[in-house]
Amino acid sequence: MPTKQHVQTRLNGEEVDFLCEPRQSLLEVLRDVLGLTGSKEGCNNGNCGACSVILDGVLVNSCCVLGVEAGGREVTTIEGIASVEGLHPIQQKFLEHAALQCGICTPGFIVAAKALLDKNPHPSEHQVRYWLAGNLCRCTGYDKIIRAVLEAAQTMEAKA
Amino acid sequence: MAVVWIPSLLQSLTGGEETLVVSGATVGEIIDNLDGRFPGIKDRLVEGGEIRPHIAVAIDGDVSPEGLEQDVRESSEIHFIPALSGGLEDRPARAPARLRSDRS
Amino acid sequence: MAESTTYKVIGTRPIRHDGVDKVTGRAIYGADVQMAGLLHGKVLRSPHAHARIRSIDVSRALAVPGVKAVVTGADLPPAEDRVIQLGEGAVNLKYLSNNVLAGEKVVYKGHPVAAVAATSPHLAEEALALIHVDYEVLPPVLDVREAMKDDAPLLHDNLKTKSLGQETDKRSNIATHTQFKAGDVEKGFQEADVVIEREFTTATVHQGYIEPHNATAMWNPDGQLTIWESTQGAFTVQRQLAPVLGIPVAQIRVIPAEIGGGFGGKINLYLEPIAAVLSKKTGHPVKVLMNRAEVFESTGPTPGSYIRVKMGATKDGRLTAAQAYMAYEAGGYPGSPIGAGMMCIFTPYDVPNVLIDGFDVVVNKPKTAPYRAPGATNAAFASETVVDELCEKLGMDPLQFRLHNAAKEGTRRPDGPTHPRIGYRETVQAALDSDHYRTPLEGPNVGRGVASGYWFNVGLQSSVSINVNADGSVTLVEGSTDIGGTRASIAMQAAEVLGLKAEEVRPIVADTASVGYNDVTGGSRTTFASGYAAIEAAHEVLRQMTERAARIWKVEAQEVTFADGVFRNAKEPEQRLTFKEVAAQLGRTGGPLTGSATVAPRGVGGAFATHIVDLQVDPETGKVTILRYTAVQDVGKAIHPSYVEGQMQGGAVQGIGWALNEEYFYNDKGVMANASFLDYRMPTSLDLPMIDTILVEVPNPGHPFGVRGVGEVPIVPPVAAIANAIHRAVGVRMYHSPMAPGLVMTEILAKG
Repeated sequence: MPTKQHVQTRLNGEEVDFLCEPRQSLLEVLRDVLGLTGSKEGCNNGNCGACSVILDGVLVNSCCVLGVEAGGREVTTIEGIASVEGLHPIQQKFLEHAALQCGICTPGFIVAAKALLDKNPHPSEHQVRYWLAGNLCRCTGYDKIIRAVLEAAQTMEAKA
Repeated sequence: MAVVWIPSLLQSLTGGEETLVVSGATVGEIIDNLDGRFPGIKDRLVEGGEIRPHIAVAIDGDVSPEGLEQDVRESSEIHFIPALSGGLEDRPARAPARLRSDRS
Repeated sequence: MAESTTYKVIGTRPIRHDGVDKVTGRAIYGADVQMAGLLHGKVLRSPHAHARIRSIDVSRALAVPGVKAVVTGADLPPAEDRVIQLGEGAVNLKYLSNNVLAGEKVVYKGHPVAAVAATSPHLAEEALALIHVDYEVLPPVLDVREAMKDDAPLLHDNLKTKSLGQETDKRSNIATHTQFKAGDVEKGFQEADVVIEREFTTATVHQGYIEPHNATAMWNPDGQLTIWESTQGAFTVQRQLAPVLGIPVAQIRVIPAEIGGGFGGKINLYLEPIAAVLSKKTGHPVKVLMNRAEVFESTGPTPGSYIRVKMGATKDGRLTAAQAYMAYEAGGYPGSPIGAGMMCIFTPYDVPNVLIDGFDVVVNKPKTAPYRAPGATNAAFASETVVDELCEKLGMDPLQFRLHNAAKEGTRRPDGPTHPRIGYRETVQAALDSDHYRTPLEGPNVGRGVASGYWFNVGLQSSVSINVNADGSVTLVEGSTDIGGTRASIAMQAAEVLGLKAEEVRPIVADTASVGYNDVTGGSRTTFASGYAAIEAAHEVLRQMTERAARIWKVEAQEVTFADGVFRNAKEPEQRLTFKEVAAQLGRTGGPLTGSATVAPRGVGGAFATHIVDLQVDPETGKVTILRYTAVQDVGKAIHPSYVEGQMQGGAVQGIGWALNEEYFYNDKGVMANASFLDYRMPTSLDLPMIDTILVEVPNPGHPFGVRGVGEVPIVPPVAAIANAIHRAVGVRMYHSPMAPGLVMTEILAKG
């Protein structure tokens, strides 16, 4: 049985530590070790984005990152997007625009959209589509997702 | 009495007749009466006391869940159409509760 | 129909009740289920497309520390080769059971053969490699026309062609032959001035839901079995599990988690019996998950097909005859949606002479499962292309042609019954009047295509209970798993009847032990039938609330009226109580109040869609870019318009993927070469523009609010619409789907 490694990381603003086997992906660690099931497995090989998290400010597929690689770094998952004050504007706009149907891809999209708006607060429709092309949705046809992200950008700019 | 539309693959049993007026108060009675006139046709539609699994009965366009027990009104149209596969068979096992707003 | 068509809740766009959980990652989907002592299961699957199993040796796998059990088909009760009634339909028990875990043969690459439960998923996967299966490999048959030939390898010992109760003598891969006939097509073709006959082929395509299949089972020592999973129908799973496991229905409880997409693919049994027998053997709960490759290779895609269509029309554009020969691949076991395809192929049109022959054919591919209007997209690709070619020959606008020949109320369908009140003409007219159709399309290699589609929708059974809370809010207990926002649309219908706001009705999706029987979330039935049950339950609540108000005022119940959320005493008109005020007095007037209803409504309304697509073809690569897309559909009455739009957009985009890229690539051994999202290429946000929707509302008289199912028909027109647009763009006709760049290039180069 592979020996587990002790990993310390900063997750959604909190210091956490965990044990994991070296072969376990960050996605597995989040879901099966830490009980944070918001990040989803759709394909386990980096093609659907349902497992999207932000690692040191960079949007990644957590199925393609090893759990041990999170050591000493900063991870943001869907569970860290809302705050005590309430939903993030992206989340609120997803609800208002009905930008989800089954909802399985939604955590990945929200994390990816946050990563986009953190870098580019005023994206065009094309830029949003380009950035989100790594997140697959099978239910919505993307129309309402794109509208939600564009309007969230406007709301966030207005507040800023 | 009802107008029974004979599936094309069974028309060889009815001498080529496409539609027939048949008496009966239920689908079962109608099939029995049909078989009286054209022996052998019941066996193509019924097995083990039930409508054959791959066949659905539509009365005036609505697929009937009650199979042979379904009541037939005067001048109803009866069609035998393919039952669908994959968990979407339109044939619940028990009779539906009468709806408050049911037109029939 | 409701007395007034000014609704307070119907037609508004409230936030869905489960929305916050889904945008914060809190919602529990099947794979998220956790419990103490959980073991992890993995499935060993056949590497061969067609083989006999000589023996299975599991001893080395069992010897691994941490592996707690191994099961094979021998761990399921012997399954007889007979048809059983499940209540909602008939199925062959042997095929159902053998598809879950193979019997003597495997009939597709990926067919489950054995399964392991271990303390970690990685360990379970390692143990699979230690199971030795001795196969006698047989030649596979991988194409529907090959499978129909007399000398084709045969998949099943007892399979003979059935045709309405009659069976041929010869073994065959053709499971059934069905026919629809009206009038005389030979005469009809003679009357035509233009006749077009074409052949079409379509590749196997998957539903592509982002969430793989999952099931967690706990088989208690007292024989009670509990299943947690993502499913489109908890009761349907329960009803299938009972005969496969050989236990009574009452011993099985299926608890549906949230579901990450289904489109028809999460109705049949796959992992549940495996998880159940592993749990029985280990005494632990066992969770089994599929990975993406398993989803492609071992669940139920939609058939590849061969379709030949011949249609004739007079020179003034009147259809005189339509004929089709349709052969659908069922996969390893019979049961393709050939019947449904036959019921849809010419149904938008009023044609006096029709002949349709349909064949259900087994091949060495995974057993097909429903995929959103199953069978209809293949059919429409063929018929709507031929209609377009007729229009071209006749010099007629394709939408005007459709108006000229449109089916309407009273038109006889090819399968026999007449259409009830439908909205097909209205969708064509709306397409003609649309901004999209009126905007000229300019540019090199651009083209505009249109196509129509039909889906009949189903009704089936639903049950709902409504409990009234003391503050006047209500809890609505329903059993339709929520794949696309139906919790909201069902709650809104109850709210409308009760005079409450949408937020004051709290819907929950309950399990098989907690709510009355419900058929699947599928067939475009949920807003129609579960909504109907909610309406009936709400009326029952009002009946009881009326009695309570009567008790408060000490009058007879018939002297109490209810309107706009208020009960009034007809004898003393100034005496009024709101719903909340009566609710606050339930304890004093007789105790808690629950209204239930179980329904199997007739009067299901069929659905029609007409789509318009503008696209551009790159003549050097064959790549197609969608420039503009409009989906027009008769939606009856849109309960929550955002979710109706969502169904239209989602279905259209699945159709676009089907048309342009999606297919199973098989090598000659019957192994799928592209079982991943990288190479099974579904549309991304970058591939698409916004999808415009036009909702036409021709109310369905069979539902109190006029609801018509909307979920499936949007996937029916896109493939044909795109084929027709490609023709206008670069002058080539496409007769195979998908119209991937290589194929488009081949046609462009052939044209010269």
